[in-house]
Amino acid sequence: MKILGIDLGTTNSALAMGDDDGARAVSIAQVVGPGEVAERPTLPSFLLLPSDVEVAPAQLALPWSGPLRYAVGAFARDRGAELPHRLVSSAKSWLCNPSIDRTSQVLPFSGAQREVEFDGERVSPVNASARYLAHLRAAWDDANPDDPAEEQDVLVTVPASFDAVARELTVVAAREAGFAKVTLLEEPQAAFYAYLAARGERWRDDLKPGDVVLVCDIGGGTTDFSLIEVADDGGSLALERIAVGDHILLGGDNMDLALAAIVQRDLGKPIDTMQQRALVHSCRRAKETLLEDNAPEKLPIAILGRGSKLIGGTLRGEVTRAAAEAMLVDGFFPVVGADARTERRRAGGLREMGLPYAHDPAITRHLAEFLGRFERMPTAVLFNGGVMKADKLRTRIVELLRTWCGRDVRVLAGADLDLAVALGAAHYGRVRRGKGVRIRGGTARAYYIGIESAMPAIPGFAAPVKALCVAPQGLEEGSTVELPDDELGLVVGETAMFRFFAAATRKQDTAGTLVDADIEGLAELDPVEKQVDDPDRKPGELVPVRLEAHVTELGTLELWCVARDNRGRWKLEYSVRERS
Amino acid sequence: MAIGLAFSCFFRLLVGKKLPKEAAAYLPDEVKVKALPEKVIVEKIVEKEKKIEAPRQNAAALHKDGALAFLALLQREGRLVDFLRESLDDHQDADIGVAARDVHRGCKKVLDQHLSFEPVMPGEEDTKVSVPKGFDPAEVRLIGEAKGEPPYRGTLRHHGWRVVDAKLPTLAEGVDRSVIAPAEVEV
Repeated sequence: MKILGIDLGTTNSALAMGDDDGARAVSIAQVVGPGEVAERPTLPSFLLLPSDVEVAPAQLALPWSGPLRYAVGAFARDRGAELPHRLVSSAKSWLCNPSIDRTSQVLPFSGAQREVEFDGERVSPVNASARYLAHLRAAWDDANPDDPAEEQDVLVTVPASFDAVARELTVVAAREAGFAKVTLLEEPQAAFYAYLAARGERWRDDLKPGDVVLVCDIGGGTTDFSLIEVADDGGSLALERIAVGDHILLGGDNMDLALAAIVQRDLGKPIDTMQQRALVHSCRRAKETLLEDNAPEKLPIAILGRGSKLIGGTLRGEVTRAAAEAMLVDGFFPVVGADARTERRRAGGLREMGLPYAHDPAITRHLAEFLGRFERMPTAVLFNGGVMKADKLRTRIVELLRTWCGRDVRVLAGADLDLAVALGAAHYGRVRRGKGVRIRGGTARAYYIGIESAMPAIPGFAAPVKALCVAPQGLEEGSTVELPDDELGLVVGETAMFRFFAAATRKQDTAGTLVDADIEGLAELDPVEKQVDDPDRKPGELVPVRLEAHVTELGTLELWCVARDNRGRWKLEYSVRERS
Repeated sequence: MAIGLAFSCFFRLLVGKKLPKEAAAYLPDEVKVKALPEKVIVEKIVEKEKKIEAPRQNAAALHKDGALAFLALLQREGRLVDFLRESLDDHQDADIGVAARDVHRGCKKVLDQHLSFEPVMPGEEDTKVSVPKGFDPAEVRLIGEAKGEPPYRGTLRHHGWRVVDAKLPTLAEGVDRSVIAPAEVEV
């Protein structure tokens, strides 16, 4: 059996294959132009749902499918820029956005206008993710008919910041895509596994007990931080993931857009959608070139004429190194103190629903806040994500870390920044088979359910809610915790619903700990619920239960209500309906 | 009637003239077709040719589709057709240069993505090389008079290019490849 490592990314997905000999990236066949199918190293995570007059189904045919009404990948992204009302992007960020029902058909998202009649197809965030996974599966099967993907060991990476609900939804999407069983792995851990695989046994020379490695993963749309600690475990080195950050919707795309805005302003001429897209592409290149060490003073940028007259209509602009550094290095990575915290803009009374983009564009402030919250400083850093290709951005982060820590911070030489996560996932599959060291850490958060405390009703005040810890932080896969007996009951025939909370910074809480729900560090997730039906019991009967939390081998969290008389057990479901 | 026709045919054949129309009815079946009115003949022949030539025409059409699809790729990524179709007479070299950079970048990306190249003959250009015995004239083009048997000594003027790996897009059926670039209408 082979191992398939899938990096289900916000803007790009990648696939790697692992076997006894190691892991390697697998290129992915996809529609790259009208009626053209070719292999590309990654699959852009875009879904295009065009009408027949916008793109003919024959132009979207895949070798294994025949004509299609939708496309995922490079052509979906490129053509979709001209048809934004038909394009689903950042489906993964929607997957962890509790302001919408993740299983209802809301994408392509049209904000406040979504009640307006729409003639096209819409899909749910879960379904969009399922289609990317289904494409990867079909592309693999087409190229490897003797080793169908569903018979392999499949690992899918998720952001470390994904909570129990978003993880569960990822598994649902995988199931919808035809993967009966997938195992989840956190992306920063995957990047670290890729580093371990690339270094072989030499990583033991790089790291010593006491080292703390910051995995700094800045991709196209998201930024993700994790800390991994190196410990001494009876003479050999052990690795433990000790902290994960929040899901920050801020990445390279924001930087390219910011740079494009400068160039466009200097052009002084309006440009259309397609020229805008070409400009953003040029700016991405400019970003990478101008932020290299030994970068040129300035880089000319040409926006070719829009019509068939190419040279006559070409607009010329340029980006200077100074402007790029001011905007990108100082704008997105400003020099701040270790005590810096992100600036939160207060939400207006009426806010259009959408993705919760980060208000503060300063990634270094997000980083300072992350390290401050866990009160740990790294001794080494591992970079991942396309943005980190830029020398000057890496340098800025390393310099800041040195200032904050008061000592040098080593940079670990990682694998390919775009493919590391998929490769690392494939390597992790090998580790699970006993080949190599495993990062411990378990669940990154502690989980709580809300319990209304029994107290006399006071008019105008809601009964205070206590949060009962049901799953402490650090639960390993396959483990189960039982809560000490308490006075919980389910009513037969009724839907029991519990408010559900998570905390990333409360390591001290154990199963059964009761805290105030409005305590610092607790974030409310979607509620959990269960309709209890039991033919052996009378409707309305109160069944005393105790709670049980189980972390599955796949890496998802299950909450069970077990009848104290041992006559039944009910699994609480995550309710992903829209909340007001 | 038949006797008159027979004599008419006899003498016409004798002096090398064409037979009268009426004679067509007496031709053997397999020849008869040719005596049918002109329009029908053309159609019949074309139909027959189609049947026989079908595979070869298909291959030619596929080659054409492949070439056009590659051109479409160069146009889409590098605007190559726009560039070549535009007159350079009215533009300054600097303006042409600015546009050419983008055309070059786009077309190079297409080459890089789909083809990998290597020199046919390794070695520095403008240095002496030896053309071995049994070389393939399709690989090495000799310039000037080669005397005697190979190996030949000569100066490498161009190392040549060989495509070692071509990963060209697979083409879906039912797509009109003659449209290199669709008209674009903003609505």
